[in-house]
Amino acid sequence: MKFKLEIWRQFETGEEGHFETFEVDGIDPEASFLEMLDQLNERLTGEKRRTVAFDSDCREGICGSCSLVIDDTPHGPRQVTSCQTYMRDFEDGSTIRVEPFRSTSFPVIRDLVTDRGALDRVIQAGGYTGATTGPQPEPNSMPVAPEVQERAMDAAICIGCGACVAACPNGSAMLFTGAKVTHLNLLPQGQPERANRAIAMVDQMDQEGFGGCTNFGECSRVCPQEISLDVIGMLNREYRRGRLGKRPKDPPAMRAQ
Amino acid sequence: MNLPDAKIPPGPIEKKWQTWLDQHRLVGPNNRSDSKVIVIGTGLAGASAAASLAAQGFRVESFCFQDSSRRAHSIAAQGGINAAKDYANEGDSVRRLFHDTMKGGDFRSREANVWRLAELSENIIDQAVAQGVPFNREYGGQLATRSFGGVLVQRTFYSRGQTGQQLLLGAYSALQHQVASGNAVVHDRHEMLDLVLVDGQARGVIVRNLVTGEIERHAADAVILASGGYTNVYYLSTNAMGSNVTAAWRAHRHGALMANPCYTQIHPTCIPQSGEYQSKLTLMSESLRNDGRVWVPRKPGDDRAPTDIPDQERYYYLEERYPAFGNLAPRDIASRAAKVVCDDGLGVGGTGRGVYLDFRDAIAERGHDVIEGRYGNLFEMYENITGDNPYETPMMIYPAPHYAMGGLWVDYELQTTIPGLFAIGEANFSDHGANRLGASALMQTLADGYFIAPHTVAHYLTGDREPVSTSDSAFEQAEDAVESHITRLMDVDGTTAAQVFHREMGNVMLDNCGMARNAEGLERALTEIRAIKRDFWSDLRVDPGRDEFNQSLEYANRVSDFLELGELMCVDALRREESCGGHFREEHQTPDGEALRDDDRFAKVTAWEYRGEQGDPVPHDEPLTFENVKLATRSYK
Repeated sequence: MKFKLEIWRQFETGEEGHFETFEVDGIDPEASFLEMLDQLNERLTGEKRRTVAFDSDCREGICGSCSLVIDDTPHGPRQVTSCQTYMRDFEDGSTIRVEPFRSTSFPVIRDLVTDRGALDRVIQAGGYTGATTGPQPEPNSMPVAPEVQERAMDAAICIGCGACVAACPNGSAMLFTGAKVTHLNLLPQGQPERANRAIAMVDQMDQEGFGGCTNFGECSRVCPQEISLDVIGMLNREYRRGRLGKRPKDPPAMRAQ
Repeated sequence: MNLPDAKIPPGPIEKKWQTWLDQHRLVGPNNRSDSKVIVIGTGLAGASAAASLAAQGFRVESFCFQDSSRRAHSIAAQGGINAAKDYANEGDSVRRLFHDTMKGGDFRSREANVWRLAELSENIIDQAVAQGVPFNREYGGQLATRSFGGVLVQRTFYSRGQTGQQLLLGAYSALQHQVASGNAVVHDRHEMLDLVLVDGQARGVIVRNLVTGEIERHAADAVILASGGYTNVYYLSTNAMGSNVTAAWRAHRHGALMANPCYTQIHPTCIPQSGEYQSKLTLMSESLRNDGRVWVPRKPGDDRAPTDIPDQERYYYLEERYPAFGNLAPRDIASRAAKVVCDDGLGVGGTGRGVYLDFRDAIAERGHDVIEGRYGNLFEMYENITGDNPYETPMMIYPAPHYAMGGLWVDYELQTTIPGLFAIGEANFSDHGANRLGASALMQTLADGYFIAPHTVAHYLTGDREPVSTSDSAFEQAEDAVESHITRLMDVDGTTAAQVFHREMGNVMLDNCGMARNAEGLERALTEIRAIKRDFWSDLRVDPGRDEFNQSLEYANRVSDFLELGELMCVDALRREESCGGHFREEHQTPDGEALRDDDRFAKVTAWEYRGEQGDPVPHDEPLTFENVKLATRSYK
C-alpha cells in the first residue's frame, strides 16, 4: 500500500510547528500505524534526514505511551490505541494527517511527542489508598461483591494515555480523573480517603489547566478502554459529597518533575 | 575475583528468612532521611521497592526512561500472580509452591531464595488488595483463582487478563503517594547510562535527560537496579520497544557478574509474526490454555479451514504427549513441542510457523458467556490485531521470546558482586532457574520490591561509607566515559538505522540461541554477531544533536549493549553442555526428545565476569545444593 502523510514537525516546546509531507510506499496492510512510521524513519535515516519523533513502548495497547492524532481523531479511526491501529484500516493511496495530542496541559516536546506529566500530578493529589507496605488484613475478611469489583475494574483499566483530554473541546481530564475516583471510591479499601480524594484531584486538575466538562462525550468516544461517561457522573457526585461533608485539608503541594 | 558468599542463613529452610529478619541491622526512624537510595526502573520491582523504602523514611530517587512511571512493561503482564493461599482448598502450601517452582526451573535455582519467594507470596496478595487492586471475585465476594502451566492447583490470582496492569498501578500509586509526601522523587524520561563506584561501592549513577540531552550526575548511598529483562536481544519479542539491558550491562562492565545469561524463555502462546517490518510480538496469556486446546492438522500441508478439519484428523500434541498436564504443560515444554510439530511440516498459517489454540469445545461445554467472562479482553485484543474472531475460529499462535531468567548475579540479600548495588525483579537471575512458571514473574518482582529489598538495602545502609559529592573524580570519569560513548555513536556517521542491525542480530540469536541450540550454531552465531557489530560501528547513523530529544541516539545506545550481551549469551550457552528448562542443547536430549540434564557437571550457576571489549569473559561457578527437593528428571507426562 502507499500513502501520503502530513506529519506535524516541531523542533522543541514553544517553537512554531508545521506540517511536512512524506510519501510512503510498499506498506504491508498488516503493519501497524507505528510500524509504518518506523519504516518511514528507517528510510529517512538512510537519506540523512531527521527522523519523526513519536512515543511508543508496549505496542500492545496497554502502556498508554502512544499518542497520535490521526486524521483529527486521537489514536485514529477505530477507538483503539495508535499502536493497535493497522494500515488495513486506511484506503490505499489516501492522505493521512498525523499530529500530537493537542492540549495546553500537554506541551509538545518534539514532533508528535508531548509531556503528559500533568496526569501523574493529578494521581499524586489523591489517586491511591493510604496503605503503605507492611502486614495487611486477610483479603477474604472484607468480601467485595463481584458486581462491585467489575464496576471498579471497568474504571481501573484506564491506561492514562490522555486521549480523552485531546478529544475534549474543553481539554478536560474528567474521564481520566473520574476513572480513578470511581475505581478507588467503590472499593472498601478506598474508603478512608474517600471524602478528600475527589476534591484534591479536581483541584489539581484545575491547577494543571485542564478545562471543565460540558458533556460533549468526545472523551468516552475515543477512549481505547471504552471507559464510560458514568465515571464523570460518579466524580461529580463524589466531589459534591466531599464538599458537603467536612471541609478537607488543602492537598499537598505538587512539584513538577 | 572469586564469587562472593551467597549469604544464605543457616538453619532449616522454613526458618531462614525469619532468621535473617531477626538478625539484620536496623536504621532508626530519625536517621533514615540521612540515606539516599537510587532506584532504576519503575516496573513492579522498582516501583514497589521505591515506594516501600520511601515509606520507611529513606530518601528515594527513582528513574525511568518512559514518559511516566506508570508505563513500565510490567503493565503488559496479563494472566496472573501466584500465591500459596490455598483458597481453592486443594491442599496447596508454601512447600508445594516451592517445589513446583524448583521443578519448573529444572532444578537450576537456589533453594533458599525460592522458599522465601513462596513464603512471601501470600503477603503480596494482601498488600495489593489493600492498595485497591481489583482482583477477580467469586460470587460470595471471595478472591477467585485459576490454574497456570506446570502446576496441578489453582493458585493464580488475576484481574481479568490485565493483572500486571492492576498490580503496577497499585505500586505506581503507592509511589506517587510517596512523591506527594515528599519522600520520593521520580525522574521520568531519564535513562541510566553508567554506574559510579567510589572505593568499590556503588555510589551513584550517570543518567541522560532524554528531553534535553543533558548528562546528569546523581549520588546516593545505594543503587537498586530494577531495569527488567533483556529478551529484546532477539529483536522481536513480547517486551516493550524500550526494554533494554543497558543499565544492567553498564553495571556488568563495572564488575557486577552476569549469571546464566543463556536462560531465556520463549513463551508458547504469542501471535505469529506476519511481516518483515513487524516491531514486536504480542503475547496471548497462558491462562488461555486453561480452556483452549492446542492442535495442528495430522496431515502436512492440510490447507482446509481449521473448523473443517474433523477431530480424528487433528493432532492434539500436548494432550497426547503429556497426558497428566496436557495443554497446561510448562512454557519451555509447550514451546519446544510447537517447534517440533512445525519443523515436521505440520505448522499452519502463511509461514508454516503456527499452531491452533481452539476454544470450540470450551464454548460448547461452558457457554459463550463464561468464556467471554474469563478471556473477553484477550479475545478482543486478538481480533484487533489479526482481524479473526476466536469465538468462531481457533487462534493461531507461535512461541516468542518473552522473559530472561538470567540476569545480574545476586546473593540472598539481592546484592550484586558490587557492594551497594542491588538487582531486583527480572534484572536479577535469582528464583526461576532455567525456566519460569507462568504467573511467577509478578510474584517475584513484588516479593523483591515490597518485602525483601526494603530490608536488605536498609541493612546495607547501616554500614560505613564516606560522604560523596557529584563533583568527585569518580563522577567526572563516569560522565566522560558516557560522553565519549555518545560521541563514538554519533561519529560513525554512516547510513543505516540502528534497528537494521538490531533486526539482523535478533535473527541470528533466535535461530541459534533460541528454543534449540547446538555447538555448531552457537559458534556460527558468535562469528555473525561479531560481523554485525563491526558493521554497526562502521555504518550506523543516528540523528544529529546530542543535547536534545533524540530517539535514534537512545536506540543506538541500547543496541550497542545488546550486541555485547548477545555474544555473552552464546558463550554461556556453549559452555553449558546439558539441556535444562529453556536451554535446550540438541546434543543433550532423551530418546523421546526431552531435555537431558547433567547434574554432575552443571548443577551450578555460572556467573560471568567482564574483561573488556577485547578480552574473553571469565566464568565463576556457584554450586547448587539440594536438601529439600529430590533431583529428578522433570516429567509432566
